[in-house]
Amino acid sequence: MANEVTLLDFWPSPFGMRVRIALAEKGIKYEYKDEDLRNKSPLLLKMNPVHKKIPVLIHNGKPICESLIAVQYIDEVWSDRSPLLPSDPYQRSQARFWADFVDKKIYDAGRKVWTTKGEEQEAGKKEFLDALKLLEEQLGDKPYFGGDNIGYVDVSLVPFYSWFKAYETFGNINIEKECPKFIAWAKRCLQKESVSKSLPDQDKVYGFIVEMRKKIGLE
Amino acid sequence: MAQEDVKLLGTLGSPFVCRVQIALKLKGVEYEFVAQDLQNKSEELLKYNPVHKKVPVLVHNEKPINESLVIVEYIDEAWKGKSILPTDPYQRALARFWAKFIDDKVFLAVWKSVFTIDENERETNIKEVHEAFQFLEDELKGKFFGGEEFGFVDIAAVNIAFWVPMLQEIAGLQLLTNENFPKLYKWSQEFLSKPTIKECLPPRDPIFGIFKGRYESLLASAK
Repeated sequence: MANEVTLLDFWPSPFGMRVRIALAEKGIKYEYKDEDLRNKSPLLLKMNPVHKKIPVLIHNGKPICESLIAVQYIDEVWSDRSPLLPSDPYQRSQARFWADFVDKKIYDAGRKVWTTKGEEQEAGKKEFLDALKLLEEQLGDKPYFGGDNIGYVDVSLVPFYSWFKAYETFGNINIEKECPKFIAWAKRCLQKESVSKSLPDQDKVYGFIVEMRKKIGLE
Repeated sequence: MAQEDVKLLGTLGSPFVCRVQIALKLKGVEYEFVAQDLQNKSEELLKYNPVHKKVPVLVHNEKPINESLVIVEYIDEAWKGKSILPTDPYQRALARFWAKFIDDKVFLAVWKSVFTIDENERETNIKEVHEAFQFLEDELKGKFFGGEEFGFVDIAAVNIAFWVPMLQEIAGLQLLTNENFPKLYKWSQEFLSKPTIKECLPPRDPIFGIFKGRYESLLASAK
């Protein structure tokens, strides 16, 4: 049976990047389709009628929606190489917990940093940095959250690194100063081709955020 | 078999805790239920869930697992017996999708449609609940979300079967009825009638009383 894989995505999306990294780790060839989110394609609306969002992984015509669900799917189907989740049930539960933590904390707090001002922004900055520090603690002395190689939590988290120039500029924060271990971990991840090829340049994302801020009337 | 020490930190009225109880029951796992006072959080709760400080927390041989759906997947993997998630990767992805959908789209909207004094907020949230329920209605192809037998999504949806009818009665709303969502309504009746589920539900009257008290306080505070 042909193994047809398509990814509906949007280049600055950290959620899309997660799926790109997972596919690259497994060495899976796929068709990448960049969506115009102001003009969603019929394919996107058909494949994700519930949320109408990217990323959507399409495998042999069947859609898998929600980035972490797609990453787990990729790990389970292509289970013969580069495992992303550990094999021990307890370790798996911890990986799922921390990926869920990233989902709950990083995007929303980060969003407050580049879309708000004053007290709300200060609160967002604190939430964001506190979350990074907690993650640093979790990492401990390991090179990656996954241990000796990148795993589920690394994949769920490292995409946000591509947004750091935007967070630092608009939030007036120095993330390396506050969370040096986090930055060291992110740079270590970027040495892997699966990550470096999946993340856009920080400058490019910064430019995109500048445009977004104009569009939402922040400039 | 290794010595099993299983504790569940929880509260009686929580649908999230109930999900875990159903999973443990399905696998025939014996455990100690340690009731928590969320207004006065125990050292044990803060020790085992320092990040979120919430229930449920499953403690297995002194190792904690947090977040109800993460716990249910753990239970499915750690103990043999009836499978909670499907074995096929695509079916598993769908099950996880719908469980997450319930977490993201149902809970808060239901809560806000009941516990509000702003009628606009109420209307907006009722609409959101109905939209969510329509998706679930369309998704139900068999007796249960899991097919002939209930599974991960059904367990995730326990709040719809047991908590929504109570809350809608208290606030005089029609969130889920036989008229507006017949398949989902029938599902809720089937699900609640399963012995495994019945044994895990909290007693209705005290929970109803707590929610009713809360609702009435809210209305009184608006006057």
